This record gives sequence, structure tokens and C-alpha cells, in this order.
Amino acid sequence: MDIITLAEVAGNISILGYGLAALGPGIGLGIVVGKALEGTARQPEVAGRLQTLMLIGAALIELLGLLGFVAFVMVAL
Amino acid sequence: MGAWGTLVLAAESGPHLPSVEDFLPPEILFEGTPFAINRIILVRLIATAVLLAVMVVTAYRAKVVPGRWQSAVEWVLEFIRDNIVYQIMGELRGRRYVPMITTLFLTIFVFNLCGVIPGMNIAATATITMPLVFAIWTFCQYWIAGIREKGLGPFLKEELFPAGVPWPIYIILTPIQLLELVLIRPLSLTIRLFANMIAGHLLLATCLAFTQFYIVESADKILALPGCLWLVGGLIFTLFEMFVAALQAYVFAILSTAYINQSYPENE
Repeated sequence: MDIITLAEVAGNISILGYGLAALGPGIGLGIVVGKALEGTARQPEVAGRLQTLMLIGAALIELLGLLGFVAFVMVAL
Repeated sequence: MGAWGTLVLAAESGPHLPSVEDFLPPEILFEGTPFAINRIILVRLIATAVLLAVMVVTAYRAKVVPGRWQSAVEWVLEFIRDNIVYQIMGELRGRRYVPMITTLFLTIFVFNLCGVIPGMNIAATATITMPLVFAIWTFCQYWIAGIREKGLGPFLKEELFPAGVPWPIYIILTPIQLLELVLIRPLSLTIRLFANMIAGHLLLATCLAFTQFYIVESADKILALPGCLWLVGGLIFTLFEMFVAALQAYVFAILSTAYINQSYPENE
């Protein structure tokens, strides 16, 4: 390491990219779960149905995060 | 540099970290033939055999007054029937699909659990092929259901040209709907399952590799302290992976049911 390079970053910028890409699904999951809780608090009698719908929605959002992960695995291959 | 430097240097020469290679193991039996078996396929065969044996034995020894094990199995089966299939499709429609969804749920659950069983250490669903098979099964089922219940023409019309939309929107909407029907649904099922299992394996194996390195291999005894932290992390992630195994099986089953249900007419 020469004297001008004070700090050096090794590795791949795509990891940062994946971190950024995970932000969106994170916000989405927060909204889904929060709204489901809100709905359950208002109408406890539909809690079971809301939970099922919440999990379906959460699974669809989770996929967005996982797509980035798959891209990472494909690059690693 | 100092202590941190030696730590980094030691780490570079040290732990056996997991990589993508874990999911492409060498063939161990029948090499060169189309029936070549590698480690993951062997895990699958063993898991299938165990699942079948346990369920068949339980079914043959079923009594009117269930014992502890039998009530546990019955609880799982009733959960799948009532909380997954009947809740989404209703009893009349869902009866036909109970065996399929039960098979999907139990197989995926057991295959996922292989990831935390010592000696197997890899989820049988952690390569793309196995989830793809399950997803193609679901794909066939919802096409068949749509064609049987509505006929091919009306089924496609209802899916591709949803009612109540002004016609210029169809220019954008129809290709998206087609893509969703043919590609996105099965692929999203596949990717969700196998990416979750790969991520779980990588996390768990990283924790345990660092534990092994810091506690067993490292000469510096002070490093046993971070080793213990990694071990605790590994234990927590083992529990978390068991939870994820159940959750992913549940999500796969419930999404399959929802997709099949969408092929049925709206009101009955």
C-alpha cells in the first residue's frame, strides 16, 4: 500500500448494489405487516384470513429481494 | 496493523468458507450414466424414503384413539387441509386438491429440514431442479383446472383480458398477464424456495466454519472468544432455518392453492 492510498476497498461493488436493492422489499414488507396488524387490531375476527393474505403478499415481496441474491449467485458461478 | 492485521491474515489462510461449489458436488455413484447420483440427490432419496416410511407406518398403525405421535401427524394433516386448502378454496372445490397440497407441503418441509440435520447439512431443495419440479406440477394443475372449469378460450380471455378495463390498457396489460401466467408464477415459486435454501445454507455454514476455525484450528487461544460468539450465532441460525423450512413449505403450498383457485370461476 503506498502512502497516497489511505483507505482501500476490496471486493465487488455488486454487494453494495444488493444492499440497496434490498431496501425496497424491506420497506414493502414493513408496510404489509404493519397494515395487517392494523387490520387485525380493528377487526380481530378476520385475523386468520388477514394472516393468510399477509403471508401471500410477503412472499411476493420477498421474491424481489431474492432476485438480487440469485443475480449474485449467477455472477459467482 | 497490529493485532487486527494478524487476525485478517490468519483468517485469509484459515476457515473453510462455504461457496457456490457446495451446491454442485461431484457425482459419487453411477458416474457417467444418466442416473449419476451426487450428494444432494442422495439426500433427496434418503429424505423421501424416510418420509414415506414414517407416514406409511403411522397410517398402518393408526388407532381410533390416537397416541401422541399419531395426533401430531393428524394435527399437521388437518392444518394443511383446513388452514391452507379449505380456507382459500372452500371445502367443495378444495377436496380434489388436498392430496396434492399435502404432498407438496410435507415433501418440501422434510427436504428443507435436511439443511439442519447433521450429516446431511444441505437442504435437498437447495438446487434449482427440485423446486422447479414442484413448480411445474403447480403450473400444470392451474392450467388443467382453468381448461376443465371454463374451457381454454374463456380461461385465456378472462386471464389475459380482465373485464372492466378500458381497451387501450390491454396493450400493456395483456403481455404482462401472459408473462405472469406462463413464466412468472412458476419461476417465482422456484426462485423463492431455492434462493431461501441457498442463503440459509451459506449463513449457517459461514457461522460454523468460523467457529471451527477460531476454536479448533487457531493457535491463539484468545480467539476462542469470538469463536464462541460464532457458535451461538450458528445455533440461533439453526433454529431460524428450522422456522424458515416450515415457513417456505407453508408459503409454497398456500401460493400453489391460490394460483389454482384463480383458475376457477369467480362466484359459484
